[in-house]
Amino acid sequence: MKIGIPRALAYYAYYPFIKTFFERLGLDVVVSDETTKEIMDKGVEDAITDACVPVKLFHGHVKNIKDRVDYVFVPRLVSVNNEATFCPKFLGLPDMLACSVTDFKNLLEVRIDLKKKRLRLFMLCMSAARRFRKGFFTAYNAYFKALYSFKNYTHQFLQGGIPPLGIVAQRKNLPIRLGVVGYPYMLYDPYLSLDLIKKLINMGAYVVTPEMVPEKDKLKQARKLKKTLFWTFSNNVVRTAYHFFEKRCVDGIIHITAFGCGPDFIVDKLMELEARSRNMPYLTITLDEQTGQEGLNTRLEAFVDMLKIKRAKKEAALA
Amino acid sequence: MRKVSFPYMGTSYIPFNKLLTALGNEVVLPPRPNAETISLGCKFAPEFACYPFKIVLGTYVQVLEAGADTLVSTGGVGPCRAGLYTTLQEKILKDLGYNFEMITLEPPGRHLKDLITSIKKLINTRLSFKDYINIGRFVWKQLTLLDKAERLSHKVRPLEVKKGETTRTYKKCVDLVSGAQSIKELTEIEREIELLYECIEKKDFDPVKIGIVGEIYVLLEPSANLEIEETLGDLGVYVERSMFLAGYTVSNAVMDLFHMAGERDIKKLASPYFKEMCGGHGRESVGNAVHFAKRGFDGLIQLSPFTCIPEIVAKSILPRVCEERGMGFLAITLDEQTGKEGVKTRLEAFVDMLAAKRKKLKTTTIKPQLVKEMS
Repeated sequence: MKIGIPRALAYYAYYPFIKTFFERLGLDVVVSDETTKEIMDKGVEDAITDACVPVKLFHGHVKNIKDRVDYVFVPRLVSVNNEATFCPKFLGLPDMLACSVTDFKNLLEVRIDLKKKRLRLFMLCMSAARRFRKGFFTAYNAYFKALYSFKNYTHQFLQGGIPPLGIVAQRKNLPIRLGVVGYPYMLYDPYLSLDLIKKLINMGAYVVTPEMVPEKDKLKQARKLKKTLFWTFSNNVVRTAYHFFEKRCVDGIIHITAFGCGPDFIVDKLMELEARSRNMPYLTITLDEQTGQEGLNTRLEAFVDMLKIKRAKKEAALA
Repeated sequence: MRKVSFPYMGTSYIPFNKLLTALGNEVVLPPRPNAETISLGCKFAPEFACYPFKIVLGTYVQVLEAGADTLVSTGGVGPCRAGLYTTLQEKILKDLGYNFEMITLEPPGRHLKDLITSIKKLINTRLSFKDYINIGRFVWKQLTLLDKAERLSHKVRPLEVKKGETTRTYKKCVDLVSGAQSIKELTEIEREIELLYECIEKKDFDPVKIGIVGEIYVLLEPSANLEIEETLGDLGVYVERSMFLAGYTVSNAVMDLFHMAGERDIKKLASPYFKEMCGGHGRESVGNAVHFAKRGFDGLIQLSPFTCIPEIVAKSILPRVCEERGMGFLAITLDEQTGKEGVKTRLEAFVDMLAAKRKKLKTTTIKPQLVKEMS
């Protein structure tokens, strides 16, 4: 039996878990192809016009994979912790797909709601295994292997690597450190982000993304906001930025956001106001399906050059 | 004395003004959103903020300039963005240099303690228990009467003989309600409202019926939806809105206190298409669409502000609902750039299409009957 995983949205945050789990269950896991212009165009065709780019891209990936597999795995991510849920588009994703993609019969919807229930994830995995008629011990084994592989994945981030982009480690003695914040599905999709992270590394910047900041440090910033945001990924981004502001461990922050992203206008404005009061260089880059390479290059080069000059001046003053 | 102000939404300012004055505050009445409000809002709000955010922010700037020192608004528990608006608006306005206090009324289900402390801040006179009951009854009566007047206006407008008479009557009713001083007066006004609408000369025909669903602010605030109900009524269409303020208050504040889900039947209707609560009124939009279809409406209009997330989810589901149930569907996205004439053209085309469809359906449904009678 073949199970298809679209390479978009939650994929970038949780794929080692999902992939290992299904593989260990003895299913063939097929991940959709890496994003190309063709996939993007297919998604734009079917998704409604107001949706943000990542959601459109998800439609494209589903179309790319649906005829090759028995089931397409579409998670309905409700919550993974007690404090927040996900963006409404994640909550309504299977319903949106069922209505907008034509002849889509093999949708495998899994509702993931881990709020206030300790063994919820384990139970979910067991029920998924039962669906494919796999025994308890196979499922038990698969669950722990999946957890291990997810742990390994997060560990690689903490070591300074970016596994989804194939970066194992970054050189530590680069001239500037740059905080690049944004949602995983924006940052780690090379087509969507126009290979932004690699570009920055090639310009001589040590890139720090939200996943590379330890969970403990992020939680420390939780109290800074008067009201916790409603979305898990957004909380992650805001807390990372606040951590950077407080520790001043980066020279500048770049926020990557999608055109028409709902939660991001709040996230972006909060960080912008804070950055201004803390005197931290801050750049917002809004991406959509039309963004061109050259415009982005110019902006990134200008920002990085500015930071380098600033750094040199500071060092000269200190010397 | 506190100088309190609040966002402007439809006719809700009348009961809200009464309530805050009775609790011992001086009220700075917010102006009806106009070009200045919107341009102020767009100037200070982030680009991708939704239209209600911009209007409300513009209103805040106007009332702060007029001397208000306390702003009251509602919060929320998400995942719709609106629950965080007060937090962000406070930051933006403080950044602009205004000095004020923001009081956010959170839903009672999860934040009962916060709600009580916020309400305490707004009570600035000594009142007896009886006074509270009286104020509550009076304000509630006003709210329901205003809703009633509006509902009747939607019913009568397509049938009126003299153009504009209903709108005049509706304005008169609103004035009457806002001028009332006691509950007794309000009961008299209730009868008077019914009489006033009865007096309007009416044509006798079955108008095209259109249901309106969507996001609450653009539904309830005519200046944000470009007076869509009036425009449709003038085109000879019976309009019904899925949401009124009184009903909204019951299902979201009172039911929430007892941890009950409001509008349960509507949510049930939505469940074949839309299984998850996604904040805002996304699921209610789908449920109400099914409800309208069951009651034999000809068409459905969805109003949503640009980038409203729950409505985007609903928008991708609604076309299928309407197609399966034989209803026409039109989605209108509103923002500061939307022009009234453009919307009007689309509405005219939509109504013409529905009328033509109805005619066609009538001739085809009559035919089998005729055949039966002949044989």
